[in-house]
Amino acid sequence: MKDVISTLSKKLQNKELSSVELTKAYISVIEKQNGAINAYVNTTFDTALKQAEYADKLIKEGNAMPLTGIPMTLKDNIATDGLLTTCCSKILRGFKPYYDATAYKKLKEQGAVLLGKTNMDEFAMGSTSETSVYGAPKNPRNLSRVTGGSSGGGAAAVCANLAAYALGSDTGGSVRQPAAFCGVVGFKPTYGAVSRYGLIAYGSSLDQIGPITHSVSDAAVVYDAIRGIDKMDMTSCETPSSPTKLDGQVKGLKIGIAKEFFEGLNPEISSAVNCAVSAYQKAGAEIIEVSIPDLKTALPVYYIIACAEASSNLGRYDGIRYGYRAENYSSVDEMIIKTRTEGFGKEVQKRIMLGTYVLSSGYFDAYYKKACILRERIKGEFKKAFEKCDLLFAPTAPNTAFKLGFSGGNAIETYLSDVSTVPVNVCGLPAISIPCGTDKKGLPIGLQIIGGKFADGKVLFAAYFAEKEGLCTLPEIEGGVKI
Amino acid sequence: MKYELVSGLETHVELATATKIFCSCTTAFGGSPNTHCCPVCTGQPGALPVLNKKVVEFGIRAGLATHCKINTITHLDRKNYCYPDLPKAYQISQFDKPLCENGYVELESGKRIGITRIHIEEDAGKLVHERGFTFVDYNRGGVPLIEIVSEPDISSVEEAVEYVEKLQLIMRYISVSDCKMQEGSMRCDVNISIRPEGSKILGTRTEIKNMNSLSFMERAMKFEFERQSELLNGGGEVEQATMRFDEQTGETYVMRTKEDAQDYRYFPEPDILTVTIPQKKVDEIRADLPELPVEKLKRYTVELGINHATAKLLYKYKKVCDWFEGALKNGASAKHTANLVVGTIYSTLATEEDKEKFDIKVTSAEMAKLVKLVDEGKINITLAQMTLIKMLENGGEVESYLSAEDLAGVDESELEKLCMQAIEANPQAVADFKEGKEKAIFALYGFIKRATQGKADVKKADGIIRKLIK
Repeated sequence: MKDVISTLSKKLQNKELSSVELTKAYISVIEKQNGAINAYVNTTFDTALKQAEYADKLIKEGNAMPLTGIPMTLKDNIATDGLLTTCCSKILRGFKPYYDATAYKKLKEQGAVLLGKTNMDEFAMGSTSETSVYGAPKNPRNLSRVTGGSSGGGAAAVCANLAAYALGSDTGGSVRQPAAFCGVVGFKPTYGAVSRYGLIAYGSSLDQIGPITHSVSDAAVVYDAIRGIDKMDMTSCETPSSPTKLDGQVKGLKIGIAKEFFEGLNPEISSAVNCAVSAYQKAGAEIIEVSIPDLKTALPVYYIIACAEASSNLGRYDGIRYGYRAENYSSVDEMIIKTRTEGFGKEVQKRIMLGTYVLSSGYFDAYYKKACILRERIKGEFKKAFEKCDLLFAPTAPNTAFKLGFSGGNAIETYLSDVSTVPVNVCGLPAISIPCGTDKKGLPIGLQIIGGKFADGKVLFAAYFAEKEGLCTLPEIEGGVKI
Repeated sequence: MKYELVSGLETHVELATATKIFCSCTTAFGGSPNTHCCPVCTGQPGALPVLNKKVVEFGIRAGLATHCKINTITHLDRKNYCYPDLPKAYQISQFDKPLCENGYVELESGKRIGITRIHIEEDAGKLVHERGFTFVDYNRGGVPLIEIVSEPDISSVEEAVEYVEKLQLIMRYISVSDCKMQEGSMRCDVNISIRPEGSKILGTRTEIKNMNSLSFMERAMKFEFERQSELLNGGGEVEQATMRFDEQTGETYVMRTKEDAQDYRYFPEPDILTVTIPQKKVDEIRADLPELPVEKLKRYTVELGINHATAKLLYKYKKVCDWFEGALKNGASAKHTANLVVGTIYSTLATEEDKEKFDIKVTSAEMAKLVKLVDEGKINITLAQMTLIKMLENGGEVESYLSAEDLAGVDESELEKLCMQAIEANPQAVADFKEGKEKAIFALYGFIKRATQGKADVKKADGIIRKLIK
């Protein structure tokens, strides 16, 4: 894994390269490669070049920051002032917000360069990015495979070197799982560590913005730039700053292994994860067995809470104020019904209906309320585990990238593939996915490192060891920008 | 059969905070459509609500002023329903844990109307129908409200009106709201059921929505009471329903029945953290509460000795009270000041609104100077009234309206002469007085007032007359 951000930053500051030149290099590879990969759904090259000029000015004046002049992408559900933000849904066709998401604002303040908005599952609902209205992005490591989702476009763009880094959002694994499928790094911070202001809501109590990068050090740099309390988001919080110097020492680190993560797991995945764990052990880490008895319950808890919140969050798309509006209607009610029927895809409609159902009077106690009670119980089990260990090691996903089209006919199996990632969101914890090998088809496998609340720094720190030891080296994809 | 009315009210009061409940937009009434708006209050994708602390404070104030228990740990909930004036398709409100619970409002009769709960929530925007189109104005969207829910303790239309007036007064006293029904800053939903007189069982209720004036509320309640009585007398049943009152016809109409009642799918608002209010804060707010209407009325009548009818006319208007008390602080006597306000100043303020605004040209300090002249016997009340009328028209200082002669009054020897003349001119009155008819002396006062154009001090004259008659 290469530290793309620091490498480029050094070149920019040493004036070996200007940000405008670098940006043009990215634009040219995107123009060539994006047709095949479909990572970007809207490019913002004019904005990018203007931002690059501004970055060059900052550098010239000696005011460069770690992300100054570095080209990146944002998931299509992160609001960008005056630039299309559609959640890859027909219902937000043509929608240009008049405000910036706080995370983007912070990147802009550093002089970042926005290349475009990347593909995703419609409203972040999915694990393959195939529910996008723009069609699925393709996995750069194998074009017949999905990128994972929902932040699939971002992971593909980073993997194919079509961006230095990407911001995604993770509600049930949407940053970590595509990172695992594409063989890059995906970090989901503690809930609230990065402001959700401007992140178009799916499941409000689960959503979290996080970076998708080439390396762990890159993830730490981006995370440091976007984290922090925000007066526009009451649920945002301050987290201890991430270690700026990762030294890769893991001696004495207590690694917890919860057997529930490994039950019935595909042997190829389990052996790759175990192999990584042994490397840590060899370097002096201590392995501790722990248990999260209700781990598997987190999946139904997640689908009930996420869908309940989504059914409410997506009520506002009625065709009145912005986005798509159906034609030919004779009343307001008919207009709203037609707009929503035509504007939302099948998966989104399914989740809205499910969420509406679990909140309905007569069913509320049996579903939503019970899910909330179980959520607290699972939180308690994780808390107990973290009394015995520093971090939990687990697979990111129980499988490698699906074939394109597979999930369409296998909805349940696709939902089940979120089993290792959703508990982290249910409990609001930080977790990272880093590559830890490939299966026999050459598809990347992800190692997930989970920390206790606010232990974001510890997660990054531990992940850096694997990177330093070369546990996660995957072949570079040709055709992108060469660093 | 004779029926009695059972009613409970849900009253929405717009809070007078400077900014909206979840963003920093202004709450000012009016403004060009959609100019008091931002991504938050128009429900733009990705925008998040941030709770305005002032709204919680105002809510607590309202709760304490109505003797409620304050829930120091509380949260907000989403009430989901779809309507074009509600930009998020849910209203952020409170469901199972309202800010305030279990209070009451006391009526004149001493009867207490129970307050079930008071919760905070956001207002919706407004639909405007024009030129065959419907427009939406979100200026009002996100303006903070409290909803005050009463127990079904109200048993007449008069009690309902008095309850609303008392609430209005309390909210104005504690500066939580101006409670202007005509501008919609106070609105009532009225729940009504009837039952045979003396019965303890509650009948099926209907709810009349959105009463925006007391007289409409009165008419609607009377009509609905009659409608339900006729239904039951005719062997029918009242159906649980939400009603609308038509101001033109004066009748109530069914909007929707129980079958198509909405399911609001309430659930805790995930974007807003649990609200924890330190007890210290509640105590501070309690200590900061001004004198409440009931207390003020008692003080005016008992301590200040103002008669009940006059005191009631004063305490209804907060600004009048402040001005009145200002004059007292400057040394004026309560009785004369009160009488001059109600008798003279009110006659120049035609409407309720004028009295509420109480925009007059006389300062309370000047008023005090004038009243003190009466108190000290330098001028009599008639002259004071005449002077006050002139001051109300042109403002300025008391001195500029009263000549040295006015202020000099009538000197002692002159007054004695006049008293003798009065006795001579009214032999019958004098005879009556001697027989013990106290009031007969008034005829002599009248004579002296006429002779001096009101300048003579009647109190002094009274003493002289009594001495002379003896």
